[in-house]
Amino acid sequence: MKHIGKKTKRVDGLALVRGEPVFADDIRLKDLTYLKILRSPHAHAKILKIDSSEAMKLEGVIAVYTHEDFRRHYYTTAGQGYPEPSPRDTLLLDSKVRFVGDRVAIIVGETLEAAEEALGKIHVEYEILPALLDPEVALDNEVQLHGHDGLPGVTDVKRNIAAHLGAELGNVAQAAEESKYVFEREYSTPYAQQSHIEPHISLTWLDEHNRLVIRTATQVPFHVRRIVSEVVDYPIAKIRVIKPRIGGGFGSKQEILNEEVCAAVTLKTGRPARLEYTRAEELHAGRSRHPQKIKLKIGVNEDYTFRFIDLDILENAGAYGSHSLTVMSVTANKALALYKAPNIKVSGTAVYTNLFVAGAYRGYGAPQGFFPLESMVDEIAHDLGLDPIDLRHKNYVKEGDDVPIAKVLGEGKEGYPLVIYTSGMKECLEEGSKLIEWEELQKTSSEGIERRGVGVSICGQGSGIPGIDMGAAFIKMNEDGSFNLLAGATDLGTGSDTMLAQIAAEELEVPLDKMIVYSSDTDITPFDTGAYASSTTYISGGAVKKAAADLKQQILEMGKILLEVEEADIAEAYVTASDGRKISYGEICTKAFYTDSQRQLMAHASHMSYDSPPPFNATFADVVVDTETGIFKIKKIVSVTDAGQIINPQMAEGQVEGAIAQSLGFTHSEFMIADEKGAPINTDFFSYHIYTAIDMPEIVTRFVHTHEETGPFGAKAIAEIPINGPAPAIANAIFNACGVRIRNLPITPEKVFLELQKQKEVSLVNDKAGALSKDVDHAHS
Amino acid sequence: MTKKNQLTKESGLSRRSFLKGVGLTSAGLAVTSGGEIFAEASGDASVKIISPGGATITLEVNGKKHQLKVEPRETLVEVLRDRLHLTGTKIGCDRGACGACTVIVDGKNVTSCLMLAIDAEGKSIETIEGLEKEGELHPVQKSFIEYDALQCGFCTPGMIMSSKNLLDHNPSPNLADVKHAVRGNLCRCGTYPKVFQAVLAASKQNKGE
Repeated sequence: MKHIGKKTKRVDGLALVRGEPVFADDIRLKDLTYLKILRSPHAHAKILKIDSSEAMKLEGVIAVYTHEDFRRHYYTTAGQGYPEPSPRDTLLLDSKVRFVGDRVAIIVGETLEAAEEALGKIHVEYEILPALLDPEVALDNEVQLHGHDGLPGVTDVKRNIAAHLGAELGNVAQAAEESKYVFEREYSTPYAQQSHIEPHISLTWLDEHNRLVIRTATQVPFHVRRIVSEVVDYPIAKIRVIKPRIGGGFGSKQEILNEEVCAAVTLKTGRPARLEYTRAEELHAGRSRHPQKIKLKIGVNEDYTFRFIDLDILENAGAYGSHSLTVMSVTANKALALYKAPNIKVSGTAVYTNLFVAGAYRGYGAPQGFFPLESMVDEIAHDLGLDPIDLRHKNYVKEGDDVPIAKVLGEGKEGYPLVIYTSGMKECLEEGSKLIEWEELQKTSSEGIERRGVGVSICGQGSGIPGIDMGAAFIKMNEDGSFNLLAGATDLGTGSDTMLAQIAAEELEVPLDKMIVYSSDTDITPFDTGAYASSTTYISGGAVKKAAADLKQQILEMGKILLEVEEADIAEAYVTASDGRKISYGEICTKAFYTDSQRQLMAHASHMSYDSPPPFNATFADVVVDTETGIFKIKKIVSVTDAGQIINPQMAEGQVEGAIAQSLGFTHSEFMIADEKGAPINTDFFSYHIYTAIDMPEIVTRFVHTHEETGPFGAKAIAEIPINGPAPAIANAIFNACGVRIRNLPITPEKVFLELQKQKEVSLVNDKAGALSKDVDHAHS
Repeated sequence: MTKKNQLTKESGLSRRSFLKGVGLTSAGLAVTSGGEIFAEASGDASVKIISPGGATITLEVNGKKHQLKVEPRETLVEVLRDRLHLTGTKIGCDRGACGACTVIVDGKNVTSCLMLAIDAEGKSIETIEGLEKEGELHPVQKSFIEYDALQCGFCTPGMIMSSKNLLDHNPSPNLADVKHAVRGNLCRCGTYPKVFQAVLAASKQNKGE
């Protein structure tokens, strides 16, 4: 293959290193108004009165909008397929606030300064309500967050339950009786924030035909169009969403967070509007990873195969239920798809609290599930005296295996059957253990102050949402043999524009620079559900490949007409007759435009799939723990992935490295903290610590090759899976180093230190007991 | 920072309005109310007094001089982006924590969201737009493309400026030098390993290796 599997420069790399104005906020609009959102200082309160008269007196303040200015229409901010599986519990502005940072009023200013100044001049009278800051307390509490009956999609308003799921295959209770060993533990994962460096930013204006144009940093332009249309009651036909270059999203921009606000203002004032989140807003009023508490039970047979897995999830949705059901569902269906166990059970409850709103974040529930699962498998191996790798080899799903949970748990409804067609898991573990020097590190002594340890975890993910995700592409030919590739897919930094160009160029057998990519503009490109759920390579890439194949056939047919032959070959941008006469792509298109059998050579295709083949990954961590302080250093992470045929190795490597950097933060340095009243504590990058250059350990990335027949050129997904492994691998490595098991993320030095202290106390007691028994022995002798 | 401060930051006094009120800058400029005044303060010839209405200053950006009227509270990045339309420099946090707004001022890395434009007068400012010379990319820019040291590209201008400034001062950095040089440039896509490769390669290219 000429392009697939080859290192290729990014199609947009040049513009980015030159600092070209490619991002949403890099344009300046005439007559622009600047918006700010007045946010609630209380975790839970009723708004009794909003007095904005003083703010309105300020020079440059155009308007202050409150809940009285908009119709009460419930929607979800989750940019998902329609109908959205998330509860519809959100209003543009409400008379009640449910977390510190909830929207109270929208200020429209001639300048940003005027709008900012007005924030301090609006007087709001609140009736403060009790704040529920713990999902266990919130569940069945007499205080209700969403006091309206009949909110669409909310499981139980009266019990503060945003969503619920449950499933059982086989009989877990009976399996527990029959298992030789049963392990039961509790784990938890905290809030974490996506922290893309480009904040949420949207610009809206009315064009010369009174159509609403939305230029926004989004992963889901088509969902933005649909949801904004609904919220502001403006027809889809009169809305155009333009997705420029996106400065990172990681799930956070799969949310309609400011587009609908800008749109509503533009429709009221008739003027362009701009709303950008501050970093502090991102870090407390944006979206985050759902915290989960997980009770996990695994039953093990005498031969060390798993007899049952029982997963009980308590999820904190925060104040609104965006993605609360589907994240939980992914936690379960990814964790329970990894190992063969004839009996599996899951129950999950997502509870409303007066805390940060959670949403989509790379991995989408899978990191929350793999941390407990892969920690516990390590605990089982240790308790039974087995090598953690051997125990995994015995139990993970292999090629040809059925994954029954996939059928039962889909995207908020029943899913589709899953059979593992390809798996490189065995090779991932083998390659990874060599690279981390597993055997050697197992033998390192656990004496001394600094102790070294090694840990492993394995995981899977999906390739798009089966039966739901759909992507479409359109390719048209130009007379110099170049092609415009118009795809609904959204490149948010993943490199998908480049990857899609590679697929099209490979199929059409042209150099990459013949492919001009334009992605996601709802007026111009065909539909795509959006950049999430690891769908772009597998789903959108599938659409591009189909369209390119169709167009190639058309070019061949046109070539045959022009060469006046019945049979011909098409290769390397030429159509060649058997007598050796040939005609170039450029010539074919030029003739088709102007002289012969005139037409535009073009093709379009859509792609969806009932399959979602899991990529597989093994992650290894090498850590050193200082047993006097609990401070640990991550020396090295090895991540080996089977993502099928890799389309672009350099970019795929970047995806793995980036996922690891985020996961390392999730493991030990990032966590969103609120005080006892629910107010955020760490709302800047000085106190919310994401990984910097000097924090990075050595990272080794490898790919194991498999060929997934159902994917474009054999590809599976890559973007999310590597984020699942580091947290459990590090927890396991710390245990291996010093015998301390941390089951609640983040793993802070403090937690490690306190556990080490407990260890010392226990050994002191044991020593004393030992000394005592010796004395007794002496007495007897 | 206490929690209380964190809250006021969002709901009440913003940094911008704080800067608006406090215009005494490190360069010795002071602010009065009223019309535009350029006055020598009595007794100290180095202290100029300007008003919130704005002062006319000359900024030298990428070797080009721009005369413009700025308000004392305006930050360098705001002036670069909004007045000079040099939007390559990005704002990621507006608090000097992320490094997306990194430019080079008189040979030093500066987070331009923390520098007032009036403080940049008389200094030489380099931005991402100035790196390309006569159609030729700077070696760091080329290397970033070659090694794919960018994903979303939003931190890239700042990252490149820090890297370029490193090579200006240290043509043969080692890995630790590179890490140190870009430690203030946050990249959430996690391109750090590729950035290290790219900068080390660019330094070799610079020396014709």
